[in-house]
Amino acid sequence: MRALVAALVAAFLMLVPAMLAAQTAARSVAEILVENRALVEKPSRQSIGPVIAALAGSGDPQAATILAAWADRGLGQRKSDGGFFLIAPNADGYALTALDGSDAGTATKSEITELRPNSGVRGLISVALVQFRLTDPDPARRAEALATIARDPAPELLAPLRASLDGEADPALAAQKDRLNRLLTLRFDPDSAARVAAIDSFSGDLGLDLRAALNPLLATVRKTAPLAAQIDGNIARDLTPGDDLPQGEAYDLLVAANLAPARLSPADLKAALVANIVNGQVAGTPVAVLNTQVARNAAYTALEAAGSVPLAATDEEVTQAVAAHRFAEVYSEPDPAVTTAATRVLKAIETKLALMQAADLGLDALSLASIYFLAAIGLAITFGVMRVINMAHGEFIMLGAYTGYVVQLFIPNYTLSLIVALPLAFAVTFAAGVAMERLVIRHLYKRPLETLLATFGISIALQQLAKTVFGTQARPLTSPAWLDGALSFNDVVQVSYIRIAIFVLALVFLVVFLFIMQRTRLGLEVRAVQQNPSMAASMGINPDRINMLTFGLGSGIAGIAGIAIGLFAKVTSELGSDYIVQSFMTVVVGGVGNIWGTLAGAAMIGGLQKGIEFLNPSNTLAAQTYMILFIILFIQFRPRGIIALKGRAAGD
Amino acid sequence: MRHIQGALLATALAVTAGQAMAQETIKVGVLHSLSGTMAISETTLKDTMLMLIDEQNAKGGLLGKQLEAVVVDPASDWPLFAEKARELLTVSKVDVMFGCWTSVSRKSVLPVIEELNGLLFYPVQYEGEESSKNVFYTGAAPNQQAIPATDYFLEELGVQKFALLGTDYVYPRTTNNILESYLVSKGIAKEDIFVNYTPFGHSDWSKIVADVVALGADGKKVGVISTINGDANIGFYKELAAAGVSADDIPVVAFSVGEEELSGLDTSNLVGHLAAWNYFQSADVPENAEFIAKWKARMGEARVTNDPMEAHVIGFNMWVNAVTAAGTTEVDAVSKAMIGQKYPNLTGSMAEMLPNHHLTKPVLIGEIRADGQFDIISQTEPVPGDAWTDFLPESAVLESDWATLGCGMYNTETKTCVQMKSNY
Amino acid sequence: MTRSFLARNPSVLVFLSILALFTLGVTLLSEAYGTALISTSFIKTLGKTLCLCLAALAMDLIWGYAGILSLGHMAFFAIGGYMIGMWLMYARTEEIVVAALANEPLPATAQEIQNGIAGQIFGVVGASELPPVWLFAHSLPLQLLLVVMVPGLLALVFGWLAFRSRVTGVYLSILTQAMTLALALYLFQNDSGLRGNNGLSGLQNIPGLAGVSQAAVSVWFLWASAAALGFGYLLLAWVVSGKFGSVIRAIRDDEARVRFLGYSVEGYKLFVFTLTAIIAAIAGALYYPQAGIINPAELAPIASIYLAVWVAIGGRGRLYGAVIGAAFVSLLSSWFTGGRAPSIPLGFYTINWVDWWLVLLGLSFVAVTLFAPKGIGGLFDLVQGLRRPDRKGAALGPDDGALMEREAQE
Repeated sequence: MRALVAALVAAFLMLVPAMLAAQTAARSVAEILVENRALVEKPSRQSIGPVIAALAGSGDPQAATILAAWADRGLGQRKSDGGFFLIAPNADGYALTALDGSDAGTATKSEITELRPNSGVRGLISVALVQFRLTDPDPARRAEALATIARDPAPELLAPLRASLDGEADPALAAQKDRLNRLLTLRFDPDSAARVAAIDSFSGDLGLDLRAALNPLLATVRKTAPLAAQIDGNIARDLTPGDDLPQGEAYDLLVAANLAPARLSPADLKAALVANIVNGQVAGTPVAVLNTQVARNAAYTALEAAGSVPLAATDEEVTQAVAAHRFAEVYSEPDPAVTTAATRVLKAIETKLALMQAADLGLDALSLASIYFLAAIGLAITFGVMRVINMAHGEFIMLGAYTGYVVQLFIPNYTLSLIVALPLAFAVTFAAGVAMERLVIRHLYKRPLETLLATFGISIALQQLAKTVFGTQARPLTSPAWLDGALSFNDVVQVSYIRIAIFVLALVFLVVFLFIMQRTRLGLEVRAVQQNPSMAASMGINPDRINMLTFGLGSGIAGIAGIAIGLFAKVTSELGSDYIVQSFMTVVVGGVGNIWGTLAGAAMIGGLQKGIEFLNPSNTLAAQTYMILFIILFIQFRPRGIIALKGRAAGD
Repeated sequence: MRHIQGALLATALAVTAGQAMAQETIKVGVLHSLSGTMAISETTLKDTMLMLIDEQNAKGGLLGKQLEAVVVDPASDWPLFAEKARELLTVSKVDVMFGCWTSVSRKSVLPVIEELNGLLFYPVQYEGEESSKNVFYTGAAPNQQAIPATDYFLEELGVQKFALLGTDYVYPRTTNNILESYLVSKGIAKEDIFVNYTPFGHSDWSKIVADVVALGADGKKVGVISTINGDANIGFYKELAAAGVSADDIPVVAFSVGEEELSGLDTSNLVGHLAAWNYFQSADVPENAEFIAKWKARMGEARVTNDPMEAHVIGFNMWVNAVTAAGTTEVDAVSKAMIGQKYPNLTGSMAEMLPNHHLTKPVLIGEIRADGQFDIISQTEPVPGDAWTDFLPESAVLESDWATLGCGMYNTETKTCVQMKSNY
Repeated sequence: MTRSFLARNPSVLVFLSILALFTLGVTLLSEAYGTALISTSFIKTLGKTLCLCLAALAMDLIWGYAGILSLGHMAFFAIGGYMIGMWLMYARTEEIVVAALANEPLPATAQEIQNGIAGQIFGVVGASELPPVWLFAHSLPLQLLLVVMVPGLLALVFGWLAFRSRVTGVYLSILTQAMTLALALYLFQNDSGLRGNNGLSGLQNIPGLAGVSQAAVSVWFLWASAAALGFGYLLLAWVVSGKFGSVIRAIRDDEARVRFLGYSVEGYKLFVFTLTAIIAAIAGALYYPQAGIINPAELAPIASIYLAVWVAIGGRGRLYGAVIGAAFVSLLSSWFTGGRAPSIPLGFYTINWVDWWLVLLGLSFVAVTLFAPKGIGGLFDLVQGLRRPDRKGAALGPDDGALMEREAQE
């Protein structure tokens, strides 16, 4: 459809100048605009084509400028007299330029109607502009033209593109032009050998644009013909009914081709019966007993026998009709050499494509795993090392995210604000964690179930506080510009920089955690207190202080995780509760008390979720459901997690 | 037990005190969540209602009486909507209710107002397939939002392959279902329609965006029709931008993203994407300018207006006119007078209440601008709302007409009324 | 036996008579059968509160007595609601469909009726076939059986797996919470065949009772809920008073020691887990016809945590404590969030209870855990002059005689 309209426009480009030359001298752009005022004011992609073609073909030296201005909302109409002007916003309205390029003074905002073509019309305008832009001295313009060709490939663009190949100085653009030339050639060149050569030149290429060019060549339709006749066209493969074509569908094809009568649906049957009710009876059967399908079928058969309804096709007749016909899938592309070459090239990249898709899925899984790991690592400390259930952990994540948001309110530079927010979020949640440990958790070390409930109380209070302070609407946490965009290996494998940053952050935390626990005095003391508090105390360690610091550390890391999660998604008061159950499961599945376990747990959960999503792409919710179910089952069979602590370290 | 009885006594006292108050005002119930997840959207509507009621009182009230707003908070809790509706009707004895946002809250309230013969004005775009004697639907039915937006995709943008992405709840489910059969009827093959549902507040969009981009592999132009709700949109648009997808490559039209949702967000990633509504704040007509001025004067310069607010403006004024015409606030008389009411909408045309309790509304399509407002790039003549869609076989035969047929679910084939109460 | 049981547990008689008096009082003040002093919507609230009390009783048995903090009992509660909701919806729709089809020239086939029902129920969510889970929805007795069977079997299988692997303490809590979340997510999906996020609605319209006003129906449900609560109390009081009760309390206090004494700890736990799941499901089956709508949000993990909160505030390890906690907190909660509580102006800021109630609840919950582990029920001990002996440290459990913190360390 789109290609068709583009082709129409291009065809007009060729035709209109000739027509005009024959009839009158070239008209100015202004005249064309005025003549087609109604279309120009409310342009529709369906009807504006000829106008754009006329403008582009007018020969007016201003045509390209005016078309470009129209697409960029730089064309306006004066309300008083309907005159068209090029408009440029200035302090108190617009600066006007007449269509012949002369200055036309200024106008206020209310005097001018800005023309706003929709993006479909803008697309047509840029197609029309391709011929001007391909040879434009400005490389940016040339790149725009190439982007337009890539978006709307049309046969008529092939000639101007080829003409511009030689003069291209910029090597990157030259390469792009060459690629586009080959892509257009394989679709639109009249010469079969040239097309096959173009297709073969892409051997092994994974580009989405290539597949977008090749796949339409291989589009098929199903056709049928009586056994005696042949099916016309470039046949892709023959179909055997009942084998690779279900019987019902085969018969539907016959019906569609007017080769067989339609089958009787229950609704039609019912209508036929209703039409033949005589004195409360249908073919001698009282209406009151027609309350089963069997009875209705019998009544219809009776009607058939009486000749009052047409005969309906029985199952047997359907089978016979299908058997008496041949079925095939036929390429819409008539040239077999082209379809063979296209099939060959696509087959060659099939495996590679599947591998790349698997790699992309793997990256997604890795990214999700690192998010879960980040959310859970604080918990791995408080729950894994200290065995304290902190249901408010999610709210610490939220607190960190809101800290990032507040910092951005004061520091508009996103990079700087991030640098300030990271330590600040750590400080805020560290303080919150220490306060909670001192005030609440310290009193409940021996009553773990009650810690769960008390911290849950804190969790709902914090969540409600956040709602009261920041509102229920999601708040933005914008990442710096250098984290925008994605690292793209090819058209299939891509990963956004923000996800890479989260992955790196997760790695950093893993290293920091390992360093603190294994290489510092604090880590040694934490492990000592965890194993035997009284013994540790008698060795001169202050267990109270260590517990406080450990808890603060776990909470502080949650705060930094909050910033990462906020950057990649959004900041809401429910941010924490979205992650809390998954975080606990990450820690439990991995094995409590072991950071490697948490890592394994996160990897497993992330991989599992993406794997299920891949199997059932239309329902993301199902992936989450079955992932949790799997984990529940997993814990039943490995209650201590993937990496279980053994011996003394297990603590019981 | 003692506590229960204490609470019971206290409430009983409060109730009698309420009843003892003289019936000198006309009571207007406002049933919008003021807390919980829906508060952000619904609080605005409560404020709109209070503004409209104050205005009407300043004009001298209605039937010589003052209007009194009774505001309750159903707290985004669906069963609580039914409870509060019952309370409004039986305890506060309101004459009319304006409220609800989500479909599930409306379905929760329906049986109560049908049992007690209340009157509800529902201001939000919804999935249709319903018509209750006691509800006036001032938001858009699918044929006033989803279908025209799809036509725009087909005709103006030349989209050949559709990704229908939605949050997993009833509005996207039904809308996508209608759109699927509509697209098939327009010659789009079933394989060219990709449907995906995500949970509320979904944030991990990378795989879905990659799937959508990969749809382009067979050379057809891809478009996304998004019924993604609320917060989840942020992550979705962020991921689209990160994947380098612009509105020119893959346009996205959203049915649940309006001015209120965009306010205070970084919209740089969304510029050029589309939304379909029956009203945009940027509509350039005097009625709208006046309404925006009043709203900002009351609520502050930073506040925006949106489509459901316009629906309340139309609904409330129609109700006022219907009450005036009927000379009473009695529900049956007012319902009768409502049908055929006309009131200018805020986009320059006239809204009319149809016999199926839906409005005529123009369909506007807007492109998102960097300032969180919309450039209106397409505006149709008012379209009559259709309670039962013509694009699903089961409901194509159904019709709603409360004026002549007196039935909300009339089967035109069998010429019978399927049911008097609505389906919930 | 009964006599001595009641004699040993005077609180049972007191509770039952208060419950009877309360029910009678409400009936006499109701719109349908009395002076209409209490509105129908408040009667529904009271009826629902009684159901919540029953669920809290179950929670008290599993947590207060057996020491298993299950965060999944509201899921069983909701499943009970779903099971009865399926029949309510099916039967109500069937009445409508049969009436509509009666106008057709041909009598309807069973298939047509079923298609009509499916179209009515699932048209809303864009489907038109009755999913297999609705197989028994046409029959009230079968569906009532499912109210008991589905949660019972789920609890049995889940409990058997969990207890068999010796998953205990906080691990079990997290596991039950994960189960609740998985169930909620499953029901949120449209494919589950229970109308996804929309859930089942219009449940207050009881099929066959179209002529009876909601004012009367609400009182009937209040009676039913009160009766269920009464029976539940009696049953659980009997369960915890005998030898069985001693064993489960012993399991709570020291599981390993009970196992060494030769008791089948897993068997006891499994029995308690399943029994309480069934009680919760019955409570849910009575609750949702009064609420009118059930959807997956009802079984969000937070609901089960609230259940634990009620029991803790009321006082664990005593049945009347659970009832008091559930009634007190849920009624207070609806009073505060209903916008009826007066705002407190502080001059510089006005405390709006709609916003601050949850903060208050959360903090008071922390306070109860820290300072009054016995909850409101502890007040009764004070009144009766019961004091626990002055032993070292804080108690590890809510009961008298529970191991003390410092004793445990020794």
